[in-house]
Amino acid sequence: MTLPEGWEMVVGLEVHTELKTATKMFCGCPNEFGAEANTHICPVCLGLPGSLPVLNVRAVDLAMAIGFALHSTIGFSTFHRKNYFYPDMPKDYQISQYDLPINKGGFLDLPDGSRVSIERAHLEEDTGKSTHLGASGRIRGADRSLVDYNRSGVPLVEIVSGPDIRSSAQARAYASELRGILIAAGASDGRMEEGSMRIDANVSVRHPDEPFGTRCEIKNLNSLRSLVRAIDYEALRQSELLDAGGTIRQETRHWDENLEATSTMRTKEEAEDYRYFREPDLVDLIPDAAWRERVALSLGAMPAQRRASLLARLGELPAAQRDALGVVIDLGFDHFVVAALDADVDGGLALARAANELASDVEHVENLSTEAYVVTLTMEQNGELSATQAKTVLLELLTNGGDPRAVALAKGFEQLSSDSLEATLDGLIAQYSDEWSRYRGGDEKLAQFFIGQVMKVTRGQANGKAVIAQLQSRR
Amino acid sequence: MRSAVEIARDVRGGQSSAEAELARSLAAIAARNDELNVFLHLDHQGALEAARRVDERLAKGEDVGALAGVPIALKDNLCQIGVPTTAASKILSGWRPPYSATVVERVLAAGAIAVGKTNLDEFAMGSSTENSAFGPTRNPHDPSRVPGGSSGGSAAAVAADMTPIALGSDTGGSIRQPAALCGVVGMKPTYGLVSRYGLIAFASSLDQIGPFANNVSDAALLLEVIAGHDPWDSTSLPEDSPSLLSHVDDGVAGKRIGLTRELVDGADDEVVAAVERAAAVLRAAGATIVELSVPEFRLGLSAYYLIAPAEASSNLARYDGVRYGVRVDAEDVAAMNEATRTAGFGAEVKRRIMLGTYALSAGYYDAYYGQALKVRTLMIDAFKRVYQDVDVLLGATAPSVAFSFGAKTDNPLAMYLSDVFTIPTNLAGDPAISVPFGRGEGDMPIGVQLLGPGRSEAELFAAARVLEVAGGAS
Repeated sequence: MTLPEGWEMVVGLEVHTELKTATKMFCGCPNEFGAEANTHICPVCLGLPGSLPVLNVRAVDLAMAIGFALHSTIGFSTFHRKNYFYPDMPKDYQISQYDLPINKGGFLDLPDGSRVSIERAHLEEDTGKSTHLGASGRIRGADRSLVDYNRSGVPLVEIVSGPDIRSSAQARAYASELRGILIAAGASDGRMEEGSMRIDANVSVRHPDEPFGTRCEIKNLNSLRSLVRAIDYEALRQSELLDAGGTIRQETRHWDENLEATSTMRTKEEAEDYRYFREPDLVDLIPDAAWRERVALSLGAMPAQRRASLLARLGELPAAQRDALGVVIDLGFDHFVVAALDADVDGGLALARAANELASDVEHVENLSTEAYVVTLTMEQNGELSATQAKTVLLELLTNGGDPRAVALAKGFEQLSSDSLEATLDGLIAQYSDEWSRYRGGDEKLAQFFIGQVMKVTRGQANGKAVIAQLQSRR
Repeated sequence: MRSAVEIARDVRGGQSSAEAELARSLAAIAARNDELNVFLHLDHQGALEAARRVDERLAKGEDVGALAGVPIALKDNLCQIGVPTTAASKILSGWRPPYSATVVERVLAAGAIAVGKTNLDEFAMGSSTENSAFGPTRNPHDPSRVPGGSSGGSAAAVAADMTPIALGSDTGGSIRQPAALCGVVGMKPTYGLVSRYGLIAFASSLDQIGPFANNVSDAALLLEVIAGHDPWDSTSLPEDSPSLLSHVDDGVAGKRIGLTRELVDGADDEVVAAVERAAAVLRAAGATIVELSVPEFRLGLSAYYLIAPAEASSNLARYDGVRYGVRVDAEDVAAMNEATRTAGFGAEVKRRIMLGTYALSAGYYDAYYGQALKVRTLMIDAFKRVYQDVDVLLGATAPSVAFSFGAKTDNPLAMYLSDVFTIPTNLAGDPAISVPFGRGEGDMPIGVQLLGPGRSEAELFAAARVLEVAGGAS
C-alpha cells in the first residue's frame, strides 16, 4: 500500500501477552485456556469482598525475562490500580503498573536491520472475557452479556514500543520478531488466535521530518493480517482526510474484521479517567541482583541470534526456505533443525518438515522428541519412507507420541531395515548353504532365489534393491 | 460475665463446657438484642454445632486451644463461610461468603464459638453506627445514646456482656472510639500484625482488625490468637504472633510517657481531666510523664478524609450488581451499575465515594490525594521523632462521652471530628489502645488512649493494665 504523495505513517504498538505461568497472577487458580466457563475461579480472581492479591513470583520471572530480551532496565517497581467499570473486570479496577514498571526502556532489532525502541514492558492482570449476545456482538445493543472469569487475573505483560515504526510491513516484522522473543523467553505461547497475544496500534501520519500528527489508537487486532490491514487503512484514512482539509481527532478506533475498516469507539473527551493510585494491597516489587541474575542465566538464545547461527549452518537459502526458516525461528523449532543437520539430514528437508508438519500442530509439539524427528527424516532421506509417509508419521507422532519406526510399522510403511535384513540373510545363508556356495561361485540365477526367500520370510517388507546390494556385498 | 481467660480455663479444665457458655451468651443476647440492635445475624445453629464439637474434642482429651469455648462476636465486615455478611449495607443483602477471613479461621481454630455478626456503620464508614442500613446499635449504658462506630455492634456486645470478646476493624478509630464510648478495652494493632484477608475493605492502607474485651488480659489473649504472618495478605508482617498475655503485668516503671497536647485539645473538660488522672496514675506506677506537642497531628483528619475515601472509591467499585449482592435491572450495563449503586449504598458511603473519586481525578490528584500522601509522610516522621524521646503517648480516645442519636448526623464534619484523636496512628500504621478510665456526663464511660511505635503492643497492654487496675474514679 502506498499513502498519498508526501505522507509518512508513524506507528507505535502496544502488545499484550499472557504469561505462560501454571497459576494466575494473584491467586492459585490454573492459568489455562479453553476450560469450561467459570471453573478456574476463586474469591481472589473473582474480586470477592475481603479477598486480597498475592503476587505470583513466576510471573515476575517471566516479565523480567522479557525485559532482558528487550534490553530493558529492570528494577524497583510498584503496582497501581487502574479504575474503570467493566463487567468482565471483577474488582472494577485492574492491577497494573504505572510510573514505575518492572522493565523500562530497551529496543528490538528487526531482521531487516531496523531498530524499534521499547518504552516499557509492565506487568498487569488480564480481565475476564465477555460474550455479547445480540445483533451487534458488542456491549452496546447486546440482548444479554455473558462473562467467563477464567481469564480474570491471568498475568499479562504489556510491551509498549516507541513511535518508531514507519510501515505496516515493519509493524508486522516487529510483531513477528517480538512474538519469537516471547516464545524464546518461555514467557508466552504467542497464540494470537487464542488471544494470548493481542495488539493495539497507535497510528498517525505526517510529512517526513515534521512533528508527529494527532494519533488514533486501533483496537481489536487479532492477527498479523489484521494488524497490517488496519494500519494501512487508518494511515490512508488520516492522510486522505488531511489532504481534504480535515483534521484528525484523537480517539480510540475499533477494527472491524468483516468491513475491513476502523470506526470510532470513543473520543478523547469520552476517555476514562483511570484515577491511578498505588495498589495498597501489594508491596513494592524489588528484584534484587540475585533474582535478576537467576532470570538472566535461565534465558536461552533470542531469535536474532538463533537465526544467525542456523543460517551459518545452512548457508545461502532459496526464497521458499527463507520463509520456512522464519517459521522455525518464530515457533522456536530450531533445535529440531539443528539435530537433523547434526545427523546429516538435508537442510531444506529439515526446515520444511518443521515449518510445515510441526507448525501445523504446535499445541502437541511436546509429544515429539528431537530424536524422533531426526529418525523420521533420516528414514525419509534414506528412502525407507516416502515423503508422504514421513509426513504421516510426523503428524501421528505429534498427536500421540511414540517411536517413528513403530509408527511406520503400525501404518505398514516401514520397509525392512538393514539390520533386520542382515539378520534375515544370515539365517537364510545358514539354511541354504549349498545355494549360497553356488551363488558365490557365480550362479546369478540364485540371486532371485534368495530375494524370493527374503520376501517370504519378511512378508514382502524388504526392499529388493537393498537385498541385492547385501547379496553382492557378501559374495 | 466471666473473662475469656477464665472461661477458656474452665472449659479446658472441665468445670464448664462450650455449650454451657454458649447458652449463657445466647441468653444475654436474647435479653437485650431487640433493644440494642447489636447483632445483624445470629448463627444459633452454627454456634451450637461448633460448641458441641469443642466439647467432644475436649472429652477425647484433645487440646482445643486458647479460646476453648469462648463465645465471640464478629463485626459484620469479616467474612465467615456460609454466614450472611453485609458490612451493614443493603448492597450485600443476602450474600454468603464462600470463604472465611483468616482471623475468623484463627479464632475458631483456637476453640472460640462465633455467635453472630455485629452491626456497624455501612462499610465501616462512620463513628456512631447510625450509618448502618439496618438501623443503629444503642449504647448498653444508655440506649438513648450511640455506641460509637464504626464497630459499635462489637463494642456493645462486649459492654452488654453478650460475649466476653469481639473482633472489630479500625481504619481511623473504629475500634478505639466505640470501645471508649461503651466502656470496654479496644486495640488497633500495628498495620500488618493481623491479616486483613477476608476483611471487607474500606481503606486498605489503614484498615486493621483488632480485639474488643472487658479487660486488658482478654484483649491481649485475643490479639495473640489472631496476630502473626498470613501468606494470603501481602501486607502481613513476616513474623510470628508476639507474646502478649504474659507481659500484661510488666508495668510502666522506667517508661517515658508523653502527655500529648494535640491528643486532648478540644476534648470536653471531663475527658481532659480523666487523661490527667491517668497521667498521675502512670507516674505513681513509676513512669516519667513528659508533656509534649506534636503539631503534625492536627493535619491528620484532613489527610485521612482524602486518603480513606480515595481508597474506598476504588475498593467499593466492585459492588456493581454484576456478580453478587443486590442488582437493580436497567436498560444496559452502565445504567444497571448506576441503579444498583444508587439503591444499594447509603448517603455516607456515597459521600465518601464521591470525595475519593474527586480526590483521585486528573487535574485534582496533586492538590488533594498527592498532598494528603505528603501529610501522611510528615505524620510518620513526626511519630518517629517523638518515639525517640518517649515510649508511649497518652491522650484521649474521643472528645466526649457517647452522644445522643441524631446529635451529629446532620453535620458530617462534627461526626468526622469524633475521630480526631484516633486518626494519626492509622496514618502511621502504629498501634494504639483505648482503655476505660472513669466516667463523665450521664455516668457514661470515658476512654483514654495509649499510643506506641510499631510492634509495641505488649508495652501498650502493660500500660493499659496499670490504668485498669487503678480504676478511673476521680
